Amino acid sequence: MTDQSQNQSDMQDWGISPDQVQFRFRDDEIADVPAVTVDSCCDQTNATAVRIEPGDDARELLPFLDRLQLVEVNFPAYTDGRGYSAARVLREAGYTGELRAVGDVLVDQIGFMRRCGFDAFAPDKPINEDDARTAFARWPEVYQKTTDGRVPIWNLRHE
Amino acid sequence: MKILTGNDLKTGEVIWWDGTGWSRHVDDAVDVGERGDVILAREDAERRVNSGYSIEASKDDSGVRPAHIKDRVRALGPTSVLT
Amino acid sequence: MYLYDSYDQAMVDARVEEFRDQAQRRLEGRITEEQFRPLRLMNGLYLQLHAYMLRVAIPYGTLNSRQMHMLADIADKYDRGYGHFTTRQNIQYNWIKLEETADLLADLASVEMHAIQTSGNCIRNISSDHFAGAAADELIDPRPYAELLRQWSSFHPEFSFLPRKFKIAVIASDTDRAAMRLHDIGIQIVKNDDGELGAVFYVGGGMGRTPMIAPLIREFVPLDQLVTYSEACLRVYNRYGRRDNKYKARIKILVHELGKEEYTRQVEEEFQNLLDQGVEPPLAELERLRPYFADPEFTDGPKSVDRSDPEFALWAARNTHRHKHDSYVSAVISLKPVAGIPGDASSEQMHLMADLAKEYSFDEMRVMHTQNIVLPHVKIADLHALWTRLEAAGLGAPNLDTIEDIIACPGLDYCSLANARSIPLAQRLSQRFAEKGRTEELGELKLKISGCINACGHHHAGHIGILGVDKKGTENYQLLLGGSEAEDTSMGKITGRGFDEDGVIDAVEKVTDIYLDKREDGERFLDTYRRIGMDPFKEALYD
Repeated sequence: MTDQSQNQSDMQDWGISPDQVQFRFRDDEIADVPAVTVDSCCDQTNATAVRIEPGDDARELLPFLDRLQLVEVNFPAYTDGRGYSAARVLREAGYTGELRAVGDVLVDQIGFMRRCGFDAFAPDKPINEDDARTAFARWPEVYQKTTDGRVPIWNLRHE
Repeated sequence: MKILTGNDLKTGEVIWWDGTGWSRHVDDAVDVGERGDVILAREDAERRVNSGYSIEASKDDSGVRPAHIKDRVRALGPTSVLT
Repeated sequence: MYLYDSYDQAMVDARVEEFRDQAQRRLEGRITEEQFRPLRLMNGLYLQLHAYMLRVAIPYGTLNSRQMHMLADIADKYDRGYGHFTTRQNIQYNWIKLEETADLLADLASVEMHAIQTSGNCIRNISSDHFAGAAADELIDPRPYAELLRQWSSFHPEFSFLPRKFKIAVIASDTDRAAMRLHDIGIQIVKNDDGELGAVFYVGGGMGRTPMIAPLIREFVPLDQLVTYSEACLRVYNRYGRRDNKYKARIKILVHELGKEEYTRQVEEEFQNLLDQGVEPPLAELERLRPYFADPEFTDGPKSVDRSDPEFALWAARNTHRHKHDSYVSAVISLKPVAGIPGDASSEQMHLMADLAKEYSFDEMRVMHTQNIVLPHVKIADLHALWTRLEAAGLGAPNLDTIEDIIACPGLDYCSLANARSIPLAQRLSQRFAEKGRTEELGELKLKISGCINACGHHHAGHIGILGVDKKGTENYQLLLGGSEAEDTSMGKITGRGFDEDGVIDAVEKVTDIYLDKREDGERFLDTYRRIGMDPFKEALYD
């Protein structure tokens, strides 16, 4: 049972409001629930939304993936690339809910983020929409396999 | 004295603040005193300098001499060039 | 060598357009330098002392004449008529303009070249043995595997913002000609007892501030799991590599701090996860790559060199390497003329080397990490003609692996990270020994100079190493002895207090005097040092 102070810090983790999500590649309704920290998730709360910080281990969420509708991954500095691994780890484990990149998310990263499994983007500073469109469509093909369903070049060559 | 230097954004050339603009010649560099940060912020925002910074330098009849060897190399070019 | 298909070409072309767009946004002020910097670094564009510097990738050091001609044209069109071959088998141009870089990259793309990931916190150029496909002692050509890893690592969505840079080397011989154990991942292709090919993985090597020899992580990875295993190694690094301190962010620190057993355990766990994900290429892809690296049409001819011309004989003895076909050798074009700038070549020299490669080496060249150029397959019958043309162009110095064959980083003349100049030191050193006629007598002696602790000159791995430091605003040089980048890897030890430029040149000479005095039959400098230890050298230097 968590005490009051624990609840206070949970309450501060509102996460991102739906208004701040700039790009989203999902058809379902956008979750409008506070995101809790990985530490305070999941067997002690009914949280359906979690925020992962760079130092968190995304695999701690694996037992609860069915329950989660939203995972936010924070990029406090866009040069800290741990969130890309967190995303892939979750998708590889079968997570199908919303995977949202938040924080210092710039147009030059969203293509890679998409490939790693992010399907929603809430950048601190809004991205120019034309630039974003270009970025998402930049790569005609891909070399690596991820969970995004794109067929890697080395498979296309031998189909 | 304190002088300002940086690189031209488009060409990468080494440039020195001459009081009103950016010169490619170190001897045109002027003492900016404590105003370096203000000048750099403005010039950087206007993209008239890239990665500017302030350095110690001395001036005599022969010209301006940056204190640190790194900036002297920047001012004078590589000491050894392929011919 | 590998040639792009339309997929590869489309990717490189897309990258050029991406960079053109990014550069334009920077020039228009829509992104700041801080935001632009990692992006331009991922395209090999540095801001150095004098201008932008562009590092062009030469995958595992292999290129053909068409590409070398283009590198020469680029030197003339966008730079000051020369380029610098680096200690990672790449080429650098020192005087590039940002506003022209996209056009330069487009020119490179037209000959299947690029500057992708030659800088930045991502996976860099995959390096390999410069005698790959030619050396008599290799198990198999390692380059198809290097090419596989090149494609895997290019624009990798998960590993483009690593804690720090990541360097991989692939070899396939017991003799290590690529400093494999000094890489973040070093791979040796081997055969197991059942005759199956696989990869030995060493992870956590490197030089710089804290030099380390990569420990063995996995004795045998079957070839059809090469990419999956690499991905596992990278993912553990991306997740757990230190990000709090730039000087502790390489994987060598992670492996060292976790211990190799724990790092291995984490990799094996991740590897099991990834095996289910199907990230491995189909075996058909490796089969598709192999023919690109097949042997050229060798023909029989004389198996020995005519030694009647003593100057030619000297060059042939020094600058050629045994080939798997007895009518051929690999020939080394020295970019270390006495008193020259190590690794630099003029556009004219590049054009000539391209022509020579086309005429004498089945149109293929290699860049050595020791900053020379290899013509891998030269018929012994053609050797004299080749040498004559090299001599005429100032490319015939018979000094491979001698004290004149100095490895030097660009140093304070070019690099904003440097504490001291390395090029003038290299020039004066080669001049000193050449003038005294000592080069031949000293034999194999690998001298490496770095202008700062980042060790781009690989000074830790020099038989004699020199490290430039800043001593109260002046240049100072530390001397190291006993390093080796070959399979007998060792790190050089500092002799004692440092020297100024004049002093370190005298010091190197004194050190070689001791060697000549103390050496026993057949010993190289390194052998004598290992036998007698540091004390005799220290005494001579500091008494």
